Amino acid sequence: MAQTLIIEAGRTERQYWRDLWKFRELFYFLAWRDFLIRYKQTVVGIAWSLIRPFLTMLVLTMVMKVGKLPAGGVPAPLFVFCAMLPWQFFSTAMSESGNSLVNNANLVSKIYFPRLVIPASSVIVSFVDFLIAAIFLIALMFYCRFAPPPQIVFVPLFVLLVFAVSFGAGLWIAALMVEYRDFRFIVPFVVQFGLYAAPVLTMTSHVSEKWRLLYSLNPTVGIIDGFRWCILGGENLIYWPALALSALVTALLIFSGLWYFRKTERTFADMI
Amino acid sequence: MSNAIIRAENLSKRFVIGHQRNKADALRHVIEDALRNPFAFWKNRKAEKEEFWALKDISFEIKTGEVVGIIGRNGAGKSTLLKILSRITEPTSGKISLNGRVASLLEVGTGFHPELTGRENIFLNGAILGMSKVEIKRKFDEIVAFSEIEKFLDTPVKRYSSGMYMRLAFAVAAHLEPEILIVDEVLAVGDAAFQKKCLGKMQEVSKNQGRTVLFVSHNMPAVLQLTTRGIVLDKGRVRFNGPTEEAVECHAGIARTDSQVFFSVEKLPRKHRGTEQVRFVSFRFDRATPVFSPEENFHFVAKVRAHEDVPQIRFSMTVFTTEGAPVGTCFGAERPGLRCGEEVEFEISIPTPRFAPGHYCCGVSVGKGDYRTAQVDFDTVLDLLAFEVRPEEGDDGTVANWSRGWGPVILPDLEYRPAVQAIRFNGSRKQPEMLSEISV
Repeated sequence: MAQTLIIEAGRTERQYWRDLWKFRELFYFLAWRDFLIRYKQTVVGIAWSLIRPFLTMLVLTMVMKVGKLPAGGVPAPLFVFCAMLPWQFFSTAMSESGNSLVNNANLVSKIYFPRLVIPASSVIVSFVDFLIAAIFLIALMFYCRFAPPPQIVFVPLFVLLVFAVSFGAGLWIAALMVEYRDFRFIVPFVVQFGLYAAPVLTMTSHVSEKWRLLYSLNPTVGIIDGFRWCILGGENLIYWPALALSALVTALLIFSGLWYFRKTERTFADMI
Repeated sequence: MSNAIIRAENLSKRFVIGHQRNKADALRHVIEDALRNPFAFWKNRKAEKEEFWALKDISFEIKTGEVVGIIGRNGAGKSTLLKILSRITEPTSGKISLNGRVASLLEVGTGFHPELTGRENIFLNGAILGMSKVEIKRKFDEIVAFSEIEKFLDTPVKRYSSGMYMRLAFAVAAHLEPEILIVDEVLAVGDAAFQKKCLGKMQEVSKNQGRTVLFVSHNMPAVLQLTTRGIVLDKGRVRFNGPTEEAVECHAGIARTDSQVFFSVEKLPRKHRGTEQVRFVSFRFDRATPVFSPEENFHFVAKVRAHEDVPQIRFSMTVFTTEGAPVGTCFGAERPGLRCGEEVEFEISIPTPRFAPGHYCCGVSVGKGDYRTAQVDFDTVLDLLAFEVRPEEGDDGTVANWSRGWGPVILPDLEYRPAVQAIRFNGSRKQPEMLSEISV
């Protein structure tokens, strides 16, 4: 006999986390679905997740060469790609998970499951792209005959950090988007300009000491710096206060995101 | 503990509806309001909203293995109740205890993705409905057999016919094996053979497997056939809870006793938002009871208020049966419009619409243009002006006998003449010269 379930106003909290576990397979299926349909009816299919970062890297490398921007003593393509990797993951994961609830409005208004499954599974889909691009980075390192420094063992830490910041931002946007569709327009804007606000083309060490901490309020700054420090080393030093600040902002983002999402979740079906 | 599988106690659900400022939920307006007058902002936000109780103090119990029909008119609160039962929305107050897994077929095919193949969709849909991968694998062949789409299993469902789509969707849901199955109007789709199959499956689920089924439908014969008990909802309250036959009677009775002749719609929430240059204020029938005879003009009075200057307006309306099926729609000609702030009553009539005896309700729109040109609706109200068409008694006390199966409109009487073999004519009244030639 199944256990008794009691539905009462404001009493869903207790079952919620248990349900989240129960619906873990749905989480997997939704990610699998999004991944399957992503490249349906395309000729080159999954190769798109390589072509996109590759072309962006080419363009940005050219920008660096033309502008004679310093690359911190490493090959320019590597310098750019190391920043592109977390940045692209952050931007796609944030916008995909931000849009995910509205895109799945028919599910939200018709069927019960913990809504957290939806934005989480779209972050996973972007993560698969991230992994593919990471393989490309390894190939690029071989091509440039570049040996990574020993601190490369810390990469998983920064992957975790970028994952958390994307998910946190995604949760906020997804929940806000349900009520305010304005975010549909705000997010691409943020992504477009964020590329310049994040140190993709530049080194943070060029930012003056005075502004650096303020600059690091942007959580992607500490993360991109961290990626460069781990993978490239050399002149790409890590600035610990900035990293600490980024980590703090990330933690704040994910916990407040979870809190806001949970708070508004009960009205999603009525609002969407 | 009793053997009730579902127990609802004083269940209520309140919706808060915004008025006038329908764009108030766009961020810009919220910020704008807050900036313009920060002090009045919070006050106004509350003032602009109105409460609407979709469900009010609903209590009932359902025992294991029972098949219960939930009936009521549109807007009676059925869907809200089902949404609470399937945990899509939370009740505002009250509680429900459920002793088992609930699966709802709120809309068959929810969660199907058009780009995915039939096979992939079975897994996806199963997972969405709460089945585990192992469970789906075990029942996969059964689902495919029930849906009869073996050949197209690896075709994206966007290339399916709508019938195939429905069959597959129902098949997945029907094999869910929940303790409580909620079925909402899924039988409205599909051909007769498939409907029969679905009904059979539901009967099997309830009788042989002892599962509890909640069946929501406007299809009274199906409710009578399937269920043993009926709960009638009316305006968010339980009107009746008992044997199905009596419930169906009660449901028909609500339509009959609901002989309202005045309808204030100024504050009524709109299901379809118009441009709101002109809004309906009220409607009334200019008679004591809303009963018409089939030979009579159908007429009522609508009061509108203009919120802007409008150069011209026209009215249009759709008549629905109590089951919610549209009977027909008509547009009126455009007439000179209204000045801002003007409030005018219009007498609106359909000349001898020839509705068959029965109960109907209307949806009325005010706007400009019609189906032949670009059409804009200023305001639309639905589920209103319920009326009955009752045949007049003849002088000898006989009453015209119209079977509901013949449809909701009494078409014009047939015309026929013996046709002359040599002349081909298509029986149309538009060729009177020819008719006069052949008439003997």
